[in-house]
Amino acid sequence: MRLSDIKKDWLRNKSVYFLALPMLIYFIIFNYVPIGGIMLAFEEYTARGGTLGSEWIGIKNFITFFSTYYFSRLMRNTIITSLYNMAVNFPAPIVLALLLNEMENQIFKKAVQTMSYMPYFVSTVVICGIIQDFVGMNGPITAALVKIGALSAPQDLLGIKAFFRPIFVISNAWQGTGYGSIIFLAVLSSVDQELYEAAKIDGAGRWKQTLHVTIPGIQTMIMMMLIMQVSMILNVAMDKIILLYRPTTYEVADVIMSFVYRRGLMEGAYGFSTAVQIFNSVISMLLLVIANATSRKFSEFSLF
Amino acid sequence: MGNRLDMVSNLEGVDLNRHDKNNIIKDTPARIGFKVFNYILLAALAIVCLAPLWHILMLSFSNPNMIARTTGMVLWPLAGTDARGGDLPMTAGGYLIVLKNSSLIRGYANTIFYVGAGCFLSIVCAAIGAYCVSRRTLFGAYLIIIMMVSMFFNGGMIPTYMVNKALGLVNTRWVIVLNGMLSVFNILILMMAFNNLPQGLEESAQLDGAGHFTMLFKVALPLVKASIAVIALFYAIGKWNEYITAQIYIRNPKLFPLQIILRQILLDAQTPAGMDTDISAVLGKEGNVQELVKYCTTIVGTVPLLCIYPFIQKYFVKGIMIGSMKG
Repeated sequence: MRLSDIKKDWLRNKSVYFLALPMLIYFIIFNYVPIGGIMLAFEEYTARGGTLGSEWIGIKNFITFFSTYYFSRLMRNTIITSLYNMAVNFPAPIVLALLLNEMENQIFKKAVQTMSYMPYFVSTVVICGIIQDFVGMNGPITAALVKIGALSAPQDLLGIKAFFRPIFVISNAWQGTGYGSIIFLAVLSSVDQELYEAAKIDGAGRWKQTLHVTIPGIQTMIMMMLIMQVSMILNVAMDKIILLYRPTTYEVADVIMSFVYRRGLMEGAYGFSTAVQIFNSVISMLLLVIANATSRKFSEFSLF
Repeated sequence: MGNRLDMVSNLEGVDLNRHDKNNIIKDTPARIGFKVFNYILLAALAIVCLAPLWHILMLSFSNPNMIARTTGMVLWPLAGTDARGGDLPMTAGGYLIVLKNSSLIRGYANTIFYVGAGCFLSIVCAAIGAYCVSRRTLFGAYLIIIMMVSMFFNGGMIPTYMVNKALGLVNTRWVIVLNGMLSVFNILILMMAFNNLPQGLEESAQLDGAGHFTMLFKVALPLVKASIAVIALFYAIGKWNEYITAQIYIRNPKLFPLQIILRQILLDAQTPAGMDTDISAVLGKEGNVQELVKYCTTIVGTVPLLCIYPFIQKYFVKGIMIGSMKG
């Protein structure tokens, strides 16, 4: 790049650069300055010192986190909740998409699709309100559980540790399965129809066609989704959890992000919770790289 | 990244309901069995998706005294008679209370403002940004790198909070509008759309003496309307339903968006100011009025999105491709 090129480019495009300036400033303020702010993790934050002037304490916040009992509790809760959630909510949309794909009655298919997308448009707050109502003292689910003998007497299920994770996972399935199936349906409908013809000529029935044409057709998308989910294992969405958990269920419900929120923003332990979050981000990044490398090795697909 | 972007462009315009007439499968007994099973299963799933909302909708028209007595699913508004033979009719009284409540109405107005202002600014900024990086300039590539890096690395909750605090944004309307206003993905999507526009267009517009703003807003933007619509749509839906930003940054009740008001009523069992007197005026003191108000609030807060989503289904594929890249 020669100086004369830069000069020429500046003369020709300076108005473009001026136009881009606000965008640049936005990204610097809202993305890059906070990245600098992770130095909070290495400080004993005081209101007087602020981010720049507080006392530097090295990795003490990290050591504190690893040595409290919160560390094992949060790791356990986050990973178990995530794995439960993945075990149900990763295959569910794929299965739904495959079933919808087999449905030849287009009107029926369309109706089922429309209805199954609906829960996705209900806000987290309202979902949690509905959950609270359904599993409360007088809720229909509580009543049903009492009827089949799974519960001895009606009680508020959100207050019981054993019920928290099932409630979390099942309500996610209710909300996300229909909407999650859209992407797989889109890929399914772009599978080359001639492959089905060829399979039929080879004498494959519908089941064989599904195994040897349909599933390979959506394999790439499945891998892509799987890699992304694996990298998100530690990032269990906290917005639902902080609405549903209570001090009595913290033991099983509290995950890393909800802990960061509670400790950091509600109790003001800025340095400490930033350290927790950095730990979280580093592990997530590692998981993404590992998942990606594994996928590249076994299925020749990778995100990057 | 390249992989994912390719996928987006491949799937644009895919018809979810394409049905190939040539591929009708012979009906063996096993196939018929599967079909019946498939009908039943899908119908059951659809009912499960609807049932909770139907239950709430029916309860919202029920008599508060009956609500206190019931436990199971409610398929029709509850009405009946009390022990002394008095009539306990269905009622829309809950809605009267809810719709008259000033904090709920203010929440609605605030949310509409946040969604409207946010949507407008977000689109305008994304369009300008995308236009800038789609021009052939010497440093455009660096701009893209700066954006992409911010996609993978961010400071997280606390440092972001500190920045907003330092800027004096905490407890103002702007914090909700500005946070998440510029999305790298939206910029990239629009950039691709701009890049796909025919070359000659730009040249002829320039010959006609069009400046950058004319180029962008009069020539380029109208041609990528579909992309803009999708971005606006998904931004609006997300903003309408989001509560966490307000939860973190807003303390002033006058600025609360709808979702925070809903949280107070549905989850914290708080009665917003002024609702108490309304309740006794409309329905009398007896019965489980608190519950009735909850159900009505749920419906009032949810209905707008539920009414529009069936009409925008055709945009979902594209929207999700944008969204899934956010992962």
